[in-house]
Amino acid sequence: MFDWISPRVLNRLGMLNMNKRNIDYIARYNDRSAYPLVDNKLKTKLVVEEHEVASPKLLQVVSEQHEIGHFRDRVANFDGFAIKPAKGSGGKGILVITGREGDDFVKPSGARVSLEEMERHLSNILAGLYSLGGAPDVAVIEDLVRCDPRLARYSHEGVPDIRIIVFKGYPVMAMLRLATHASDGKANLHQGAVGVGLNLANGRALNAVQFDRPVERHPDNDLLLSEIKIDNWHYLLNMASRCYEATGLGYMGVDLVVDESRGPLLLELNARPGLAIQVANGQGLLPRLKAVEALKRPHLTPEERVYWAMTQAGATHITAPRRDHPELDALLPM
Amino acid sequence: MIRHSKAPFFIATGLLILAGILLAMLRHQQLGVPWLPGQQQPVWLVEARVDFQAWGDPVTVSLNLPDSPPGFSVLSEQAASPGYGFAITERNRDRRAEWTIRQARGPQTLYFKSRLIAGDNTPAPAPDNALPPVASEVFLEGPDVAAARALIELAGSRSSSPASFTRELISLLNNPTPDQNIRLLMSDRSRSEVLYQLINYSGTPARIAEGLRLEDARRQQSLLPWLQVYDGERWVTFNPRTAEQGVPEDVLLWREEASSLLDVSGGSNSVVSFSMLRQTVPAQQIMVAEADNRAFGALSLHQLPVEQQGMFRMLLLLPFGAMVVCLMRILVGIKTSGTFMPVLIAVAFVQTSLLPGLAAFIGVVTLGLLMRGYLSSLNLLLVSRISALIILVLFITAGISIIGYQMGFSTGMTVTFFPMVILAWTIERMSILWEEEGAREVVSQGVGSLIVAVLAYLVMRAPLAEHLSFNFPELHLVVLGLILLMGQYTGYKLTELRRFTPMKRYQ
Repeated sequence: MFDWISPRVLNRLGMLNMNKRNIDYIARYNDRSAYPLVDNKLKTKLVVEEHEVASPKLLQVVSEQHEIGHFRDRVANFDGFAIKPAKGSGGKGILVITGREGDDFVKPSGARVSLEEMERHLSNILAGLYSLGGAPDVAVIEDLVRCDPRLARYSHEGVPDIRIIVFKGYPVMAMLRLATHASDGKANLHQGAVGVGLNLANGRALNAVQFDRPVERHPDNDLLLSEIKIDNWHYLLNMASRCYEATGLGYMGVDLVVDESRGPLLLELNARPGLAIQVANGQGLLPRLKAVEALKRPHLTPEERVYWAMTQAGATHITAPRRDHPELDALLPM
Repeated sequence: MIRHSKAPFFIATGLLILAGILLAMLRHQQLGVPWLPGQQQPVWLVEARVDFQAWGDPVTVSLNLPDSPPGFSVLSEQAASPGYGFAITERNRDRRAEWTIRQARGPQTLYFKSRLIAGDNTPAPAPDNALPPVASEVFLEGPDVAAARALIELAGSRSSSPASFTRELISLLNNPTPDQNIRLLMSDRSRSEVLYQLINYSGTPARIAEGLRLEDARRQQSLLPWLQVYDGERWVTFNPRTAEQGVPEDVLLWREEASSLLDVSGGSNSVVSFSMLRQTVPAQQIMVAEADNRAFGALSLHQLPVEQQGMFRMLLLLPFGAMVVCLMRILVGIKTSGTFMPVLIAVAFVQTSLLPGLAAFIGVVTLGLLMRGYLSSLNLLLVSRISALIILVLFITAGISIIGYQMGFSTGMTVTFFPMVILAWTIERMSILWEEEGAREVVSQGVGSLIVAVLAYLVMRAPLAEHLSFNFPELHLVVLGLILLMGQYTGYKLTELRRFTPMKRYQ
């Protein structure tokens, strides 16, 4: 019951803690004025689009109480969609609908949601129940993400997502989050989702935990977790790194999903990413963060930063970023 | 993104803490304010406040003053009343404060402050040449006469002296099932008035005195009637509510003579209310400080009107509560529901005392959670749901008070000290937490909040904290410095040492 780890061991492992994260990373590298960009999913969508980062298709925005009455007509053509509070955090208030059964909607778990419950959920979102500080909010209705089956089979009743910590534009740590029965289809580690640490060099599984305890197989479908390998890893890291240019946030969590038809999509950005990723990786964040801070001359393009980060993690056979050296025009005497 | 040097911050914080300590030491030396509480005789600061509406004519206000009240001696007296002439007059052992002004209009407020030291009992001897008091004449009519005679006869048959006669009468009046004589007399008079009339009617001199129950940091108190009976040698005081003989230690008899408490000419709607404060500073030192008004004397909170001092005494404890919250959240890592909700709950605990407060708080929140379950099925907008919750919380507190009172626990009443809106928000947050994260998280955050609240309460309740915060307000600079320092703590929280235990495998 009373099992403790000594602070000295934690220090040696380079574990980042809550106070240090808040003071030395979030407060120092995240400009307050950039927060609205990530705290509002609508704004995030628009701003990352300019930097060629794709996100799920926007179907509807419900911003007024009276629009809720027409909700049923408006979603008549959509089979699957996700309702999200624009200013929600930590996955709160997200309702995923995968199909219809008569007048009811069906959740990934197979549970039914009646139209009244749906409308109540929408009005709760508008009233600001899920937003930070209870500010009035709007509901964003997005196209349902149909996860790539190669990844989806590892997850139980929910879309697995990839969380990448991006520090000053450099990907520093990554994990895959798999929903379980215990987490009720949600990819939140503290609710019981499985966290799989990913090797930055190649996107292969390093280590897996559930409820902070190591696991080898997924508790629901018994698949061996160590065999997981994320395809297009280089591309995913580049996508995450580009979000730095889009938002200017020095320390953030980038949540990606892989759609079967559209490929990698950005789910959301997080200006206060959690610390559990360290337990999933079995490694502390601090040595990597310090390595980035120690860079005398930071790399300017996402490609160069990802190349550096992957090389640091031990990758060998990756294509070096292409550097364009424009040739000087011939110096003509005027 | 620029990395500032932290040296200026630490130097500034260090200076802040140093300044606080130095100022406190100076105050200790200059004014002799002791470091520890409870080293002196208690000094009571009682303030009478007279409010009235002036008509625009010459105004004369005359207030009865205590004259060597039993159990107390007056250290100093002082009146605050801008624009008024002031004098203390004494006529036939009747001391009065008199304020006068040529013209005044509108609401007027006059203060009279008296500093009393307890335990110094010197009953003033009656002047030798004074005539012994005689019973006042009482005029009773018709059926009242018969009722009064019957009662006097009944009480007289069971007693042997004026004192025992009075005790008998009071216990007759206190009978939970009064006979019809008592009901008749009590129908249009107050209890003390009936006693006054009956005892005087029987031929024993009696009078009604007015006393003030002294409780620390009370405001807007009024006087309670006490019965005094002349037993042939001296006046004996009785509590007309309990028949108890003598003046309790915590009661100050403000008016003993039979004159009026307050006379106002040139105004109407006059009211007297009293505030009081218990001081632990040596009486002599206060007088010295006031006499020559040294630099520190003027900066002391003791200069404020007593009413404000009472409020400050509570407010000045808040920083300690805030520091406890900082400690528990930054260094220990206890989760609470709402950042400073625990401090507000702790303030309420100070009023209710701990155990009844805890029981009331848990009761209200549990009942509220049950009712909130129904509200959530009504499909309400957030604002109206919270508003409905506030009203429900009001009903719950009223219910707890009434049931508690019926069952004989007066502590049930104290539930009203809890801030309603905070309670409503706590219930709302807990309920959302329940739906989203499950009951476990609700219990863990609820228990966390209560632990922090109880710790904050214990700190704020400590006599040392109360003494230091009020007498050395500059020590709050030290608290501020410590809180700023804690804001820079980047080490592990205690709870993180447990949370990251699984990392042991990877070392």
